[in-house]
Amino acid sequence: MTTAVLTESKPASPTWQWFGDAFRRHPTAIAGGIVLAVMVLIALLAPWLGTVDPQALSPIQRLKPPSSEHWFGTDMLGRDVYSRVIYGSRISLAVGISVATFSIAVGLTIGLVTGFTRWLDAIVMRVMDGLMSIPSVLLAIALMALTKASVGNVILAITLAEVPRVVRLVRGLVLSLREQPYVEAAIAAGTNLPLILLRHILPNTVAPLLVQGTYICASAMILEAILSFIGAGTPPNIPSWGNIMAEARSLFQIAGYLILFPGLFLSLTVLAVNMLGDGMRDALDPRLARRM
Amino acid sequence: MIVYILRRLGATLIVMAVVALFVFSLLFLTPGDPAAVIAGDVATTDDIQRIREKLGLNEPFLVQFGNWVGRLLHGDLGTSIFTNLPVTKLIGQRVQPTVSLTLLTLVFAVLIAVPVGVLAAAKAGTWTDRLVMGFSVLAFSVPVFVLAYLLIGLFSIRLEWLPVQGYRPLSDGVWPWLSHLILPSIALGTVYMAFIARITRAAMLDVLAQDYIRTANAKGLSPRAVLTGHALKNAGVPIITVIGIGIALLISGAIVTETVFAIPGIGRLTVDAILRRDYPIIQGVILLFSGVYVLINLLVDLSYRLFDPRIRY
Repeated sequence: MTTAVLTESKPASPTWQWFGDAFRRHPTAIAGGIVLAVMVLIALLAPWLGTVDPQALSPIQRLKPPSSEHWFGTDMLGRDVYSRVIYGSRISLAVGISVATFSIAVGLTIGLVTGFTRWLDAIVMRVMDGLMSIPSVLLAIALMALTKASVGNVILAITLAEVPRVVRLVRGLVLSLREQPYVEAAIAAGTNLPLILLRHILPNTVAPLLVQGTYICASAMILEAILSFIGAGTPPNIPSWGNIMAEARSLFQIAGYLILFPGLFLSLTVLAVNMLGDGMRDALDPRLARRM
Repeated sequence: MIVYILRRLGATLIVMAVVALFVFSLLFLTPGDPAAVIAGDVATTDDIQRIREKLGLNEPFLVQFGNWVGRLLHGDLGTSIFTNLPVTKLIGQRVQPTVSLTLLTLVFAVLIAVPVGVLAAAKAGTWTDRLVMGFSVLAFSVPVFVLAYLLIGLFSIRLEWLPVQGYRPLSDGVWPWLSHLILPSIALGTVYMAFIARITRAAMLDVLAQDYIRTANAKGLSPRAVLTGHALKNAGVPIITVIGIGIALLISGAIVTETVFAIPGIGRLTVDAILRRDYPIIQGVILLFSGVYVLINLLVDLSYRLFDPRIRY
């Protein structure tokens, strides 16, 4: 396979150039990246995209199907669904990106420390095993049931559900890396532990964590929507895709568009992130690419 | 073998203890007074006091935890704050629909996903393979409830083939029961199927690269015999593992699916409990589902030998 040749020439080559190369080989990843970039732009430019106040009530305009005036129709309170969906992208992206960032930061720290501290390792991993045996939706539900509904708490709850997986990944990497001759050499040379972690271990975790980060981002966006949909997520006064669909739960037979548009945006965004993740994984690990 | 089973059982007990401790301590770890949060915005001081007492929040932490675990070991999951009924009873009333839904989904998902994964591996690199992989990425990206509404919109509202919502117990007859579960099972099973198909394909590709497969091909066995007889059998361990791990997807998905299809199962019980902030129910459901999940994966671990006699415990 051509990709196999790529690995051999890789050793310490600068990641970025390699990225560019790899992306040219993976058109789906580029497509995913473009869609995601468009979504980010939509989120940033929401006020200038022909939207009105997503919270503005207009009882006379209740449940109007899509028209030239209301592109995506109006909901049960007469609010403009197009505006709500556009503004909703902010919540989904913010949750996805924050959860990915926080869970990787926390998971990386715990994973690095436990990977090098035997006695701590056993305890931490039992806790992580326990957390991982609670299905993530339930874990997040438990947290949301005990706190006030807010975007911050949603991010916190989903992050907690994702951290164990990152810890597992990082710990696995650390355990295999510490057997590498160059790490053993560093230890033999008397390099102190923080420096070994920083110089020799950390750089090797970047690529897999980047891939894992995109998957976490995708699953966090779905989880936020699920939590909002079942009433344990973003507070109802904030337009999030999950909330718009939650409000349409009893109305879907007469106003299917209330589910269709936010559902479409959500699926498309998650798809884009997943495609980007798959592309990155293929680029960073050609051996795995053949298999998955 | 017996030593291994005992060791795994021990590990399982530890995991369940961690789950129990976590679920219990959440009440204390969350900022503010949990009783006040559970009581909601319109609660009076008396309400909050009543909830404090019901949850035993006035006792020291360790005493509370000890009492709670003691009752747990006697099969007592506590009492619902809202209905005042034992949580075990509430869950018991809801078991049938959830078990029907998840079991049906499990069976049909495995029956479809494994052959599809094998096919994709056999035709690796072709359009069949790409189609399967493309569908699996799509399945990972569409949330369960969006898919559920699309299915209802098409098959129940537009074509009127299947009921829109609801549940009929098996005692009402097989078809009424089944017809109410077809769409929920498809909605719930799609991600699970994608997950299993992907891993099946990957495991098969690994096995197909082995020497004994080349030998089998060289001695003139039909491709079908090689795929099912030699390759699939040896890919069994990762496949059965992912079927076990994927149960988490089914459990999470069931909560949402039951909400969309108005199925009166444990998932609905959970969602209603969230809206009423009935924490004992949520606690009970988490313990139950995590227990089932851990137990299934223990059985999966123990079944490895069936697929690979070389494995020694």
